[in-house]
Amino acid sequence: MMKKYLLAVLVDNKPGVLTHVSGLISRRAFNIESISAGYTEEPAITRINIVVSVESENELDQVVTQLSKLIDVIKIVNLSKSESIERELVMIKVRADRKNRADIINIVEIFRAKIVDVGPEDVVVELTGSQSKIDGIIEVLSEYEILEIARTGSIALSRGPIPVKRM
Amino acid sequence: MMNGAQAVLESLKKEGVDVVFGYPGGAVLTLYDAVYKMKFPHVLTRHEQGAVHAADGYARATGKVGVVFATSGPGATNLITGIATACTDSVPLVCITGQVANPYIGKDSFQEADVFGITTPITKHNYLVKDVRELPRVIKEAFFIARTGRPGPVVIDVAKDVFDTKFDYAYPESVHLRGYSGEYIGDEAEIDAVVEAINHASRPMLFVGGGVIGANVSETMRSIVSRLGAPVTTTLLGLGAVAADTKGFLGFAGMHGSYAANMTIQECDLLLCIGMRFSDRVTGVVSGFAPKAKIVHFELDEAEVNKNVAADYRVLGDLRWSLPLLQAKLEQSGRAYAAENESWLEKAIDRSKEHPFSYQPDGDAIKPGALIRKISELSDEDTIAVTDVGQHQMWAAQFFDVYKPRHFLTSGGQGTMGYGLPAAMGAKIGQPDSKVVLFTGDGSIMMNCQEFATIADNDIDVKVIIIHNCILGMVGQWQRLFYNNHYSQSELKGKTDFVKMAEAFGLRGYRLTRKEELETELPKIMQTAGPALVDVWVPEDEDVLPMVPGGKRLDQMVLGGNK
Repeated sequence: MMKKYLLAVLVDNKPGVLTHVSGLISRRAFNIESISAGYTEEPAITRINIVVSVESENELDQVVTQLSKLIDVIKIVNLSKSESIERELVMIKVRADRKNRADIINIVEIFRAKIVDVGPEDVVVELTGSQSKIDGIIEVLSEYEILEIARTGSIALSRGPIPVKRM
Repeated sequence: MMNGAQAVLESLKKEGVDVVFGYPGGAVLTLYDAVYKMKFPHVLTRHEQGAVHAADGYARATGKVGVVFATSGPGATNLITGIATACTDSVPLVCITGQVANPYIGKDSFQEADVFGITTPITKHNYLVKDVRELPRVIKEAFFIARTGRPGPVVIDVAKDVFDTKFDYAYPESVHLRGYSGEYIGDEAEIDAVVEAINHASRPMLFVGGGVIGANVSETMRSIVSRLGAPVTTTLLGLGAVAADTKGFLGFAGMHGSYAANMTIQECDLLLCIGMRFSDRVTGVVSGFAPKAKIVHFELDEAEVNKNVAADYRVLGDLRWSLPLLQAKLEQSGRAYAAENESWLEKAIDRSKEHPFSYQPDGDAIKPGALIRKISELSDEDTIAVTDVGQHQMWAAQFFDVYKPRHFLTSGGQGTMGYGLPAAMGAKIGQPDSKVVLFTGDGSIMMNCQEFATIADNDIDVKVIIIHNCILGMVGQWQRLFYNNHYSQSELKGKTDFVKMAEAFGLRGYRLTRKEELETELPKIMQTAGPALVDVWVPEDEDVLPMVPGGKRLDQMVLGGNK
């Protein structure tokens, strides 16, 4: 059984860091579901959010210990193992005309999503939520013609005042 | 003010570098101009691959960081095999490569290759330096990273214009890396648990890896071995961590390891594995490895614990911290381990006597085992043995007695053919007072034979023993055993005259073909100062035995020979 874990990886904000991380992932043949990176509250630190899919705890340990060995990796925390809030952003472009636009808007409201762009032949839907919620809206909207999907991959923060760098 | 090139050399001096191995080219012309002006000690090899293996041999023989210069594009890509070899075997190197100048990066310029990208998966760390002001910090970090923790190669790719740019040079005093300290002090309770396990074990055994040599803790290791009086084996890279004549040393273990070592691993109830990584070449089929034993793993690199073999006990931390503590705790325990383990040790030694490494001494031909044993007898304990890769490598590991750490240099993890000649050269340069002998084959030697020119030019006293069987021996052995004698592309016709080749390069060359020449000719050759090539003809169909076939357990090895 494959299980997914979300790792918060704090790295030096230096050129080449993403090459090191992605190079390691391919060299060790890890299964990565999603990866996203961005600036943090500290300019010298970049946060990489990795969702990894593994068959066992041992495999998960390998991902964490191998990544930890990279010189520019400062800290790794497995947020799936602590109380945390996980979110992903998706934008979905759906073909919409006068006849079905109201139905689509209805679905968007039920999912508490937003319509961020409307054109004569399409609408763009934005939704932030858990992966399962996003999978849910995609499934429902599949009844219409989905033209394009862009997803960010999951990011997460721990609950409570302690940031990952002090965990 | 000085330029980037001078800054590189000043920094190397501050790191104590006494020699660089390299090859010039367009992107490093300014660097080489600084070498010329500062008269920096440099060995010009005949191929960049020769330079990186030479630096590797130098590093393994001395424990210091090996340093390499190469130019951009093909110069740097020629280093790849050597960097991967060093990475897998945890050898500290700093490779400084030229990159095309900043404005040309990414434009597919002449001799441009993405060296940072290419070397990422085969280095401990790597850099691309585009601004001269970063150069001193990067060099300081590179040496720190290469030599601390689990050692490994670091590549610094430097844009050509960086070498030319003048700046205010200052070398940093210390290194600040948030994600790496190079220090690994572990949890003492883990050692207490191991002592407890030792106290309860009735059949303990020690399995010593290259980490013990890398951490320079062989002396402590030897004290622990004698305190426990337990049988001891090593990995291929661990050879020399304990002396060949240590009571209870069973030879190395694994695919072509000794009968006694492999059988004792399968029989023991506690296996103390120290600074090793459970390569598939030492475990046999991993599910059947040491089935009766609790596994103890002393390891610096957390990612190695439970990677291939699950450890029942782990001691995570630098061996320089953990082994002295273990030694002290074993001293304090008041137990007479050696007396308690005596009958178990005797059983292991009996196994060694029952099936030692052996060969059939029949006929007039020179048997590889006889040759290597003879050279071992002719060598002093300070002799450094270097090998290439293949059958001769295994025979060298079986028949050459290694007494000291850093005295058996071989490409273990990658099994890099062509490693031997340049590595032997580097070892001799690093340890000029030791004799250096290279065991190679008629396959391997051709993969870096251009370095005979470097050896001749610099009069580097290396004795090169070519075990000439007119076949890629290990490939041939597998084809004989598992592919119905289909010698597909493994036969060498023996037309190459290695003696003439030696002479062409400016070395002395000899050929031995009959058994008695081991007595009449070989001692003189080995005693004569200066580099020499010895082309020794041996039978083509000799197998390396024992052998644990792929997918089998260590106790399912095929034996052979009788002497």
